[in-house]
Amino acid sequence: MIDLQINGELRHVDAPDKMPLLWVLRDLLGLTGTKFGCGIAQCGACTVHLDGIAVRSCVLPVGSIGTRAVTTIEGVGATPSGASVQKAWLDTEVVQCGYCQSGQIMSASALLRTTPHPTDADIDAAMAGNICRCGTYVRIRAAIKDAAQIAAMHTTDAVGTDNA
Amino acid sequence: MPDHATRGLPAIRETAISRRDFLQVGAAAGGGLFLEFAVPSARGAKLGVSEEPQFSPNAFIRIDRTGAVTLIMPQVEMGQGIYTSIAMILAEELDIRLETVTLEAAPPNDALYGNPALGFQVTGGSTSVRAFWMPLRRAGASARAVLIAAAASNWKVNPAACSTAAGEVIHATSGRRLPYGSLVDRAARLKAPANPTLKTLKEFRIIGTAARRLDTPDKVTGKALFGIDALPPGVRFATLMASPVVGGKVIRVDDAAARAIPGVRQIVVLDDLVAVVADHTWAAKQGLEALDVAWDDGPNAHVTTEEILDQLKAASERTGAVAKSVGDAAKVLADAERVEATYHVPFLAHAPMEPMNCTVHVRADGCEIWVGNQVITRAQATAAKITGLPKDKVVVHNYLIGGGFGRRLEVDGIAKSVRIAQKVDGPVKVIWTREEDIQKALYRPFYFDRFEASLSGGKITAWKHRIAGSSILARWAPPAFVNGIDSDAVEVAVELQYDIPNLHVEYVRQEPSGIQTCFWRGVGPTHNIFVTESFVDELAHRAGKDPVRFRRDQLGKSPRLLACLDLVASKAGWGQVLPKRVGRGVAVQFAFGSYLATVAEVEVDEHGEVYVRRFVCAVDCGIVVNPDTVVAQLEGGIIFGLTAALHSEITLARGRVQQSNFNNYRMMRINEAPKIEVHLIQSTEAPGGIGEPGTAAAAPALANALFAATGVRLRKLPVDRQALAAGKSA
Repeated sequence: MIDLQINGELRHVDAPDKMPLLWVLRDLLGLTGTKFGCGIAQCGACTVHLDGIAVRSCVLPVGSIGTRAVTTIEGVGATPSGASVQKAWLDTEVVQCGYCQSGQIMSASALLRTTPHPTDADIDAAMAGNICRCGTYVRIRAAIKDAAQIAAMHTTDAVGTDNA
Repeated sequence: MPDHATRGLPAIRETAISRRDFLQVGAAAGGGLFLEFAVPSARGAKLGVSEEPQFSPNAFIRIDRTGAVTLIMPQVEMGQGIYTSIAMILAEELDIRLETVTLEAAPPNDALYGNPALGFQVTGGSTSVRAFWMPLRRAGASARAVLIAAAASNWKVNPAACSTAAGEVIHATSGRRLPYGSLVDRAARLKAPANPTLKTLKEFRIIGTAARRLDTPDKVTGKALFGIDALPPGVRFATLMASPVVGGKVIRVDDAAARAIPGVRQIVVLDDLVAVVADHTWAAKQGLEALDVAWDDGPNAHVTTEEILDQLKAASERTGAVAKSVGDAAKVLADAERVEATYHVPFLAHAPMEPMNCTVHVRADGCEIWVGNQVITRAQATAAKITGLPKDKVVVHNYLIGGGFGRRLEVDGIAKSVRIAQKVDGPVKVIWTREEDIQKALYRPFYFDRFEASLSGGKITAWKHRIAGSSILARWAPPAFVNGIDSDAVEVAVELQYDIPNLHVEYVRQEPSGIQTCFWRGVGPTHNIFVTESFVDELAHRAGKDPVRFRRDQLGKSPRLLACLDLVASKAGWGQVLPKRVGRGVAVQFAFGSYLATVAEVEVDEHGEVYVRRFVCAVDCGIVVNPDTVVAQLEGGIIFGLTAALHSEITLARGRVQQSNFNNYRMMRINEAPKIEVHLIQSTEAPGGIGEPGTAAAAPALANALFAATGVRLRKLPVDRQALAAGKSA
C-alpha cells in the first residue's frame, strides 16, 4: 500500500511503485478530472501539482511521490491561484471541448503561484507544454493575465499558501 | 452541377425546412407541458436514411410545474458551444431566462432526433445552428403562445392583451402575472398554433448577446465527464493493438510475458487485433507492450506515400466526372496563354486531445455503451449488428466529446470495442494509446489538384480545375455519391465567388491503397479553399495586380464577400510597407453558409522558419446567435488549420503510418500562436455555420503571406521550410 496526500486527504492505494500517478488517480481513485492525452509528457493534459509545482502525472511513478502533497483539478480551486485561474477561465470563456483544460489550469495556477505577474515570455515558458487542439491559446494568454489581476486584488494571496 | 439536395455535409436550404415543421403539445408524464416539434428531413434523405422527404419529430421540450425547461438535445457538445447556442434560440422565443434551460443528451433515435439538414442523428459539417434555427424558434414561439392562451383563459382576458417576460405571462392592464410553471397543465390541453408569430430581430434579447456558456463551469473543475471518464461498476480497463497495416491479420501471439504482469486479467486475440484487459490501464499498457505478436501484413505491406502520390498524380491526368461547367473553358484556354499549376495536400490525423475510447458491457440480453460520438445511431446499429442483438437492446450513453474534428463521425472504434467486450465478462473500458490513436485511424484524404487558367485585362477569363482524391461520401453516405461526383470533395470549387465566364471543374475518384479516409474539420472546403485561393493569388501575381485588388475586381456578384474583403483589408492595414521577410496574404471564401475574408501576416527567417505574427478576419455569418462563440470558433479554427499547414502530415512506409505521438506529429503550441482579430459584420440573413470556416481559411492566407514574404509559392502542404530557405517554389 502507498499513502498519498491528495487534495488535502490521506489516500491509501494498492499500486505498484512504477505505476504512473495518472492511472492511480483515474482508475483506482476515480478522480477523472486529470486527463490522459499522450502518455509521454508531450501534451500536458495530465498535469497535477506536487507541492504546488506542475508535473506530468502520466510519467510520474506513484512510488516516487513520498510525502509531497498532490493537488489535482478537483482540489486546485481551494488554492488562491487555482481559484483565480478558474474564475478567469470562465470570465474569458477560454474553454471549448474542455478536455485539455484541467491540465492548462494546473499549469497556469502553478505559474501564478511563483510568478504573480507573468510576462508573455513567462506564459510561453510555462504553458508551451500544454497542447490544446481546439486552439484556445489566445484566450489562455488573456485569462492568465486576468487571473493575475484577480489574484492581486485578493490580499490574502501569497506565495507559498497553495500547498495547504 | 449537383443541386443542394445531393451536396455534402454543409448543404442546407433553410427555407425548405422552416416552412414545414410542426409542433404538438401534450401533458408530460408526472405533470407539466410536453412539446414535440418536428422538421422534415428532406435534405438528408439523399444522405442515406430514407428515400423520400419525411416528417419526423425531432426534439422534445419539457416544462415542469416549477417552470424548469428541459430540452432533449440531439446535437453533441464537442467544444463548439452548441449546447449554449441551441438553448439561446429556444430561450429567446420562449421568453425565458437562459439559465432555466437544462439540456439532456438525446438517446440514439434517427426518427426522433435526426439532424434536419442531414436526415439522421449527426453533429457535423457546421450544420447545427443552421439546421435547428427555425425549428427551435417555432417550437419556442408555439410554446409561448399556448402558455399565453392558458393564462388568458384563466384570467378570462384576450390573449392579445397578454405579454411574456422571463418565464411569466403578464396582463399589463391589470398587473397580473403567472409563472409558466403554474400554467403548464392547462397549456398541455391546448392546441399549438401552426404558424406562431416569431420575434423580429429587434425584439431579440438573448440572441446576439455573448451569453455565458452552459457547459464550461464543470470543465474548469474537473467535474465534466467525457466518454473516457465513464466508470460503470465493475469496469475493467483494456488497451488494444490493431494490425499495423490496413488489412493485416494476427498469425500468432505469445502472451506468456504479458500474463505475468500483475493486474493483467485477460488477453483478447481477434483476427485483426489484440487487446489486454486488466485491473487498470497501466497494467493493460504494460501487458500490451509485453505481447509478442506475429502479423501477416497482407496486400498493403509495401504501401508508401510516394506510391499514393504517383497514383493520384496519374489520376489527375485522366478526364474526370464534370462537377460544373460554365461557358467553354477548353476553347478559351486553347486560344490563350495558359497559367498552369498542380497542388497537393497530405493525409492528416485528427488527434483529438481525448484519445479514442469506448466502454462496453455485452450481456446475453443486451449491450450498453458509454462513449462520446457524433453519430450515435450508427454506434447503436454497429453494436447491434456485431452482437446480433436488436437495436432496442443496445443502450448508448453519449458523453461530452474531448475533440471530434470529424474523427468521431466514425464508429470504427466502437466496433472494435464491442468485439473485444464480447470476450469479456463485465464492462470493459477500451482506451487507445496516443500511438494507436494516430497510427490506426482514418485520415483526411490526400488530394491532388490540377489547374489551368487564362487572364485578360487583369481578370480571369477561363478556369479549369481537376480534383483527384478519395471519396469519403461514397463510403460514409453512398446515396450522396452521384454520377461519379463526391459533392464534398468539390465543395467550394464548384461555387467560386469570382465572376469567371468560363469555368470547368472535374473530379476523379482515386482511392489510395492501404489507408482509409474520413471527414476532417473543414471537410472539402479546407482542401479546396487552399488550392483555389493559392492559385488565384498566383494569377493576381501573373496579372501584375495587388492580390486584394485582383479579388475585389472579380467579386461584383458576391456583395457579402466583397464587404468582408474590404473590411479585412482596412482592419489589417493592407498596403502598408512591411519589413523585409515579412509578408501579408489574403484569402476569401464562401463555405458552410458563411462569408469570410482573412489576412495573415508572417515573418520568415533565413532558415525558412515561419513566425505567424497576426491573423485578421472579417466574417458575415448571417444572424449571430452568440458572437463570443463565433469569435472563439474562428480563433480555434484558425489555429487548427495553421497547425496542419505548418506541421502536419501523415506518411506511410511499408504500409505503416510513420507518425505516432505529439513528439513526431507536431501540434501548434501557445508560443507559436498568432494574435487573432475577428471582425463581425452585422447581418439579417439566416445564420451560417462557423465551426469550420476558420480552419479552411488558415492555410491559403498563410501560404499567400509566405509568398509575399519570400517570393516562394508553396503548392503542397505542410509548409516546406527548405523551399522557403532556398527561395524556390515547391
